[in-house]
Amino acid sequence: MIRFDGVSKVYRTGNRPALHDATLEVKPGEFVFLVGASGSGKSSFLRLILREERASSGNIHVLGQDLARLSNRKVPFYRRNLGVVFQDFRLLPTKTVFDNVAFALRVLGKSEAFIHDAVPEVLGLVGLGNKENRLPHELSGGEQQRVAIARAVVNKPAILLADEPTGNLDPNTSKGIMDVLTNINAAGTTVLMATHDSAIVNKFHKRVIELTDGRIIRDEAVGRYNNSEGHNRTADLTPLRADSQPIAVLPLDFDPIPDFDPMAPTSEAIDLSYLDRTNTEEPL
Amino acid sequence: MSWRFVLIEAWNGLRRNVSMVVSVVLVTLVSLTFVGSAVLLQAQVQSMKSFWYDKAQVAVYLCTQYSTLGTCDQQEASADQIAAVEAQLGSDTLTPYIDKFYFENHEQAYEVFVEQFAGSAVVDLVTPDLLPQTFWVNLTDPTQSAIIFEAVGGMSGVESVVDQRSYLDGIFAMLNAASLTAVGVAALMLVAAALLIATTIRLSAFSRRRELAIMRLVGASNWFIQTPFILEGVVAATIGSLLACVAIAGILIFFVNGYLADALPTTAFIEMGDAWIVFPILLGLGALLASVSAYIAISRYLRV
Repeated sequence: MIRFDGVSKVYRTGNRPALHDATLEVKPGEFVFLVGASGSGKSSFLRLILREERASSGNIHVLGQDLARLSNRKVPFYRRNLGVVFQDFRLLPTKTVFDNVAFALRVLGKSEAFIHDAVPEVLGLVGLGNKENRLPHELSGGEQQRVAIARAVVNKPAILLADEPTGNLDPNTSKGIMDVLTNINAAGTTVLMATHDSAIVNKFHKRVIELTDGRIIRDEAVGRYNNSEGHNRTADLTPLRADSQPIAVLPLDFDPIPDFDPMAPTSEAIDLSYLDRTNTEEPL
Repeated sequence: MSWRFVLIEAWNGLRRNVSMVVSVVLVTLVSLTFVGSAVLLQAQVQSMKSFWYDKAQVAVYLCTQYSTLGTCDQQEASADQIAAVEAQLGSDTLTPYIDKFYFENHEQAYEVFVEQFAGSAVVDLVTPDLLPQTFWVNLTDPTQSAIIFEAVGGMSGVESVVDQRSYLDGIFAMLNAASLTAVGVAALMLVAAALLIATTIRLSAFSRRRELAIMRLVGASNWFIQTPFILEGVVAATIGSLLACVAIAGILIFFVNGYLADALPTTAFIEMGDAWIVFPILLGLGALLASVSAYIAISRYLRV
């Protein structure tokens, strides 16, 4: 379904490869966690599958297509087989939930009759059957992400790519999102999810591929993930390179201006006389 | 494909960008009015050329008793000299080039002069003997007046040979310069119009960048993504082209046919019939300009 053969990706501005000699295979119907600290190459990995980037070297085959030989003109048609979900949802703020999901079908030229069947069905699947006419800002973060998932899967893609889908959500909401993704996977869609939330990875007992500095350092059929601090987010603060100096850590009660307290009563009466002066003085 | 969606998107783009669309309309209007004027001015020059050049004759002026020009020596051209010139003009070598020629004596020249300058004080000063006797020559090919110059220019009794076309050339040179100026201004304005259309489309694409990003992500075809923008540019430019057509028609009806035709009744001016050829040119040019510049502007958003 997805096959990487010795894939490297070097960005023009970067001296360090974003992905280095990656080889792996994902089978149809699998659920794969892609883990690693920020900057480890997870997003590059997903962008390569999406063909937003081309590999610098190596071969990528997705759904039987050799992505290096896929012409720009054919990329849109290739992408119709993929669904994508992001950390920041990327909903259209002026469109209702229904229209946000329908947008993905309308721009593919689907008929309104088809849209009016497919959209309510997929909204029911993600648990938003009763919120069709809400605008994104009227929804919670978890609900917005469900809309984004609905939009990604409404065209029944073979593969769903999720880039930190729970990154902005609290643990309870995250669990709801994970249930939705698990259901979609159970229906036959291959799911590839980038995350650095170890709690989720450890709970779900799925295949785990771990990246560090662009290299695959671990690929286990049922893996666990313990990032350095034992919890997500903080992984971002660890230095990317061994040789860089750690950033000075400030104590929580650190006060940058210790002598200033805006609420404290002032010892001297404030001189407001200038206010009167401007009014009483001779006009210029 | 769903044209309805594409049209709605194009309409939304136009609505959201009203001030830029108005400026595109105005720039297109002005530039295409210049283009149309240049085309019509050229048509006018061509029609005047064929009208006047056909009427233009070569005049062979003969000596008068006052003339010192050419072969003249203050001697009236003698009957022999006149006969010699006439024989030369009627000779076999010149016949293929000459349509017809006729002689005009002092009295006939005076009548024509009085008629042409009727009401002017100069008529009272001129007497028939001041005006030269003339052979008027109509050429089969008006451009070949040089042959007449060579054949009779040096003959005794001939004062000078004048091609009337030389008077017209000055006027046509002026009209040509005017139409070239119009073409130059039009070219500059067209460049401005193209850049403005590109900027407008870029702004429009920027205001819809979220939609564009999602369209690319879910695999909307390039055709589907770019057509609304190209339509947006073409619609704005076409409104400008239509207004330019109205402006051209207005110039023709009110200025050329209304004012100039009254002021210069002897000149044949271009009619609305000529303008009907210009209108499709303007509409086509406007649409082409808009679609090309909009396509270039939007293509950077389509890079995958």
